[in-house]
Amino acid sequence: MGDLFWILLSTMVVNNFTLTLFLGLCPFLGVSARIETAVRMGLANIFVLVLTSLAVWLLNRFVLVHAPYLRLISFIVVIACLVQIVEMAIKKLSPALFRALGIYLPLITTNCGILGLAIFQTNREYTLAQGLAFAFGAGLGLMLALVLMASIREEVERADVPKLLRTQALVLFIAGSLSLAFMGFAGLGSAS
Amino acid sequence: MKLNEDVLRGIWKENPTLVQVLGMCPTLAVTNSVANSLAMGVATFFVLCGSSVLVSMVRKLVPNQVRISTFILIIATFTTIADMSLEALVPSVHKALGAFIGLIVVNCIILGRAEAFASRNTVWRSFLDAVGMGIGFSLMLIAMGAVREVLGSGSFLGVPLFGKSYEPWVFMILPPGGFLTLGCLMLAKSWWYARKERLAAEAPARKEAA
Repeated sequence: MGDLFWILLSTMVVNNFTLTLFLGLCPFLGVSARIETAVRMGLANIFVLVLTSLAVWLLNRFVLVHAPYLRLISFIVVIACLVQIVEMAIKKLSPALFRALGIYLPLITTNCGILGLAIFQTNREYTLAQGLAFAFGAGLGLMLALVLMASIREEVERADVPKLLRTQALVLFIAGSLSLAFMGFAGLGSAS
Repeated sequence: MKLNEDVLRGIWKENPTLVQVLGMCPTLAVTNSVANSLAMGVATFFVLCGSSVLVSMVRKLVPNQVRISTFILIIATFTTIADMSLEALVPSVHKALGAFIGLIVVNCIILGRAEAFASRNTVWRSFLDAVGMGIGFSLMLIAMGAVREVLGSGSFLGVPLFGKSYEPWVFMILPPGGFLTLGCLMLAKSWWYARKERLAAEAPARKEAA
């Protein structure tokens, strides 16, 4: 149990996907203007990450032992299908949630955090439970970074920032400071 | 003339990193040294050229509805080739770049070029466009890598520059340094555009004065 807890904690804060591994930067820079959308995007991500982890474990266990060269191709196909299925399921089961997530759901397919998770999980040879903890931690970490970023950006909106800085540059500087803060967690636990 | 333009567009006017702001993940993740940036640049260049040519070849055969999935499969195939070749030829580089070679699949520059250019132009023009975009992307990677390696480890391509008395800014090769370097690049870009606009606005006034 302790093992799983450390995997979860270390992927969430110590090796945060967005701020220290630079995965999933597109939503981090793109949809982090409002806290509300950031939370929704984060929830959608957690959901897809956990499902991907499960699918990747099945693939690694039963398919890829026979054809290792199909690794990347099968991962990307499975992720694309998974997102599609999740989208259809949510649309059927809870139209309200579907409307709330909107465009963010299909966009997750090209989020490199998802494929990154699949590759890392394979490289580290996680078991099923470890993989699920890893995915959950990664999702929580992505959501944490997104929400932090969105709350800072909402405040900065009202501040008097020079016109030249009111572009991607400002967002990147904020991300840099956040990343610096997260480095304070280094050494808290190891990811192995 | 037109062919020249296809190549040059990617290097400066529509530079994938600076102007289109695509492919941020590798730009930040692997640029902590010049050697890594170079390897990533070459790998992306290869995948970009290969997939652009192939996408352009099959552009009339693929039905519109399954277009994107086909492109992704083509890109994943070339990425697998790049991944395996690097592992066989230069294992040390492959180890340093780690998962990020595989992540070329989801680099939005490649899918973006396949969709926006290669799927509606001839093979030769798509190839030239890919060459331009690939060079533009690699140049930005190397620029980022150079800044970060020189400041962060006091060396260039592993050759020490400043002697023993230099205290390296380790900060620059760590993740926050990546964000800050890219932020400064973006700042320089918006300064350049603001300056160009100002000069363009002043030009008629100056003409009148003369």
